[in-house]
Amino acid sequence: MSRIAGSETEVAIRDLRRRFVPLLSTLAAILLILLPIVAASPWLPNLGFLLLITWRLLRPEIWPAPVALALGLAADLISGAPPGQSMLLWTVAFLVFDYVDSLLGVRDYWLDWVLAAAALFLHGLAVWYIALLMGSETRFWIMVPQLALAVVAYPIAARLVLGLDRWRLAR
Amino acid sequence: MALGKRRPGFSRRAQYGLFAGYVIAVGGALFGLLLLAIYFIDPRGFQAIRGAALDITAPVSSAGRAVTGFIGGIGDGVSNYVRAGSQNARLQRELAEARRELLRRQAIDYENRRLLAMLGLAREIGDEVTVARIVGSTFDSPRRLGTLSAGSSSGVQVGQPVRSPDGLIGRVLETGRWASRVLLITDGASNVPVRLVRDGTPALAVGRGDGTIELRTLEVGQNPFRRGDILVTSGVGGLFPPNIPVARVSGVEGDTAIARPVADPARLDFAIVQRIYQPAAGAGLDAASPPAPPPGAPR
Repeated sequence: MSRIAGSETEVAIRDLRRRFVPLLSTLAAILLILLPIVAASPWLPNLGFLLLITWRLLRPEIWPAPVALALGLAADLISGAPPGQSMLLWTVAFLVFDYVDSLLGVRDYWLDWVLAAAALFLHGLAVWYIALLMGSETRFWIMVPQLALAVVAYPIAARLVLGLDRWRLAR
Repeated sequence: MALGKRRPGFSRRAQYGLFAGYVIAVGGALFGLLLLAIYFIDPRGFQAIRGAALDITAPVSSAGRAVTGFIGGIGDGVSNYVRAGSQNARLQRELAEARRELLRRQAIDYENRRLLAMLGLAREIGDEVTVARIVGSTFDSPRRLGTLSAGSSSGVQVGQPVRSPDGLIGRVLETGRWASRVLLITDGASNVPVRLVRDGTPALAVGRGDGTIELRTLEVGQNPFRRGDILVTSGVGGLFPPNIPVARVSGVEGDTAIARPVADPARLDFAIVQRIYQPAAGAGLDAASPPAPPPGAPR
């Protein structure tokens, strides 16, 4: 690809790519729930949330908090979770991240990992508790494989997001 | 990445914009909480929009189901146990068939004895609403919900039992026009009245969310279950027709018994939606909507 855009169309395409790659990649992760897999237990972390917080941690400036609200609504409708669940949890996660950023100022990769793991853990806990409120009496340990995977998943998600980010901003 | 306070310089307008963003975010989060509360109080309030979302998303799962069937096997293996290799497939198929036949005969045997005891009280229900495919399920939430490729246009209604030739899968939770959501019997909110095939002991099969089922007896103090026992639906409650195989006891510890469902939703292609055994049982569920005409002949 040449470094200089050859036409107006190409400029427009690159602009769209720069703007919408984070949003569309997160939506794609949310849509992965539609994969025709019938599972016996919850073993995968919430991929939409994983990608959302990875974008948020690596590129804090691209999204204000209301974006999480909109994506949460999409996730609730697509995954069949109780309505409002992801809207609430994802927006709260963004607000907490904003607060943490205002406290710390500087984050490095390891701290990002810790924050992501904490967010995924609390998200899993909250989802489990909401399911409990909705009448599903399960023990918390059924969430453990998923949470263990979630901790391992952040570095993978971060590499994916960084790759997408490089492509997004490529000239 | 240095962020400091997230203050976009001295521009009043930008500061107001940021503030408005937070107001929207907090308001939206509270709105989400409100939605959750409403859903908690009245789950049927969102039926229309959730049904529509289900209709839109289900074909995606449906299209890929046949192609990626083996992925489900991988996921299942991760969560359950490593299954036998492909060279065993034929033997397993034969075994499954034999087991199915055995279960059926055990159930019939019990039924016969019971019928002899009290003549004319049993009721056979053979009518099915539709045959559909289980095209997907949640795999990241503690709920165990499946997606079925048939909705209200095929006559599927909330509360109807869903089964496979092997055994019970669950019951319909939400319906769209062309798709519906099934509460699997392994979900924590699922209670199925069952009885032991061996001696007819009544029990309640409650899902545990991890692919297993906990059996609760109605009697206190003794545990009537043994490893390998088969449980079938008892028909109590009027929702599920009697004598559908539900689960096989896999372990007994103290007062509780753990069982595995006989019908593994990850393995099966087709599911049968049946009518509610005794339509009066579904009347409470349908209180919000006008009562459907009684299926078949009035009972």
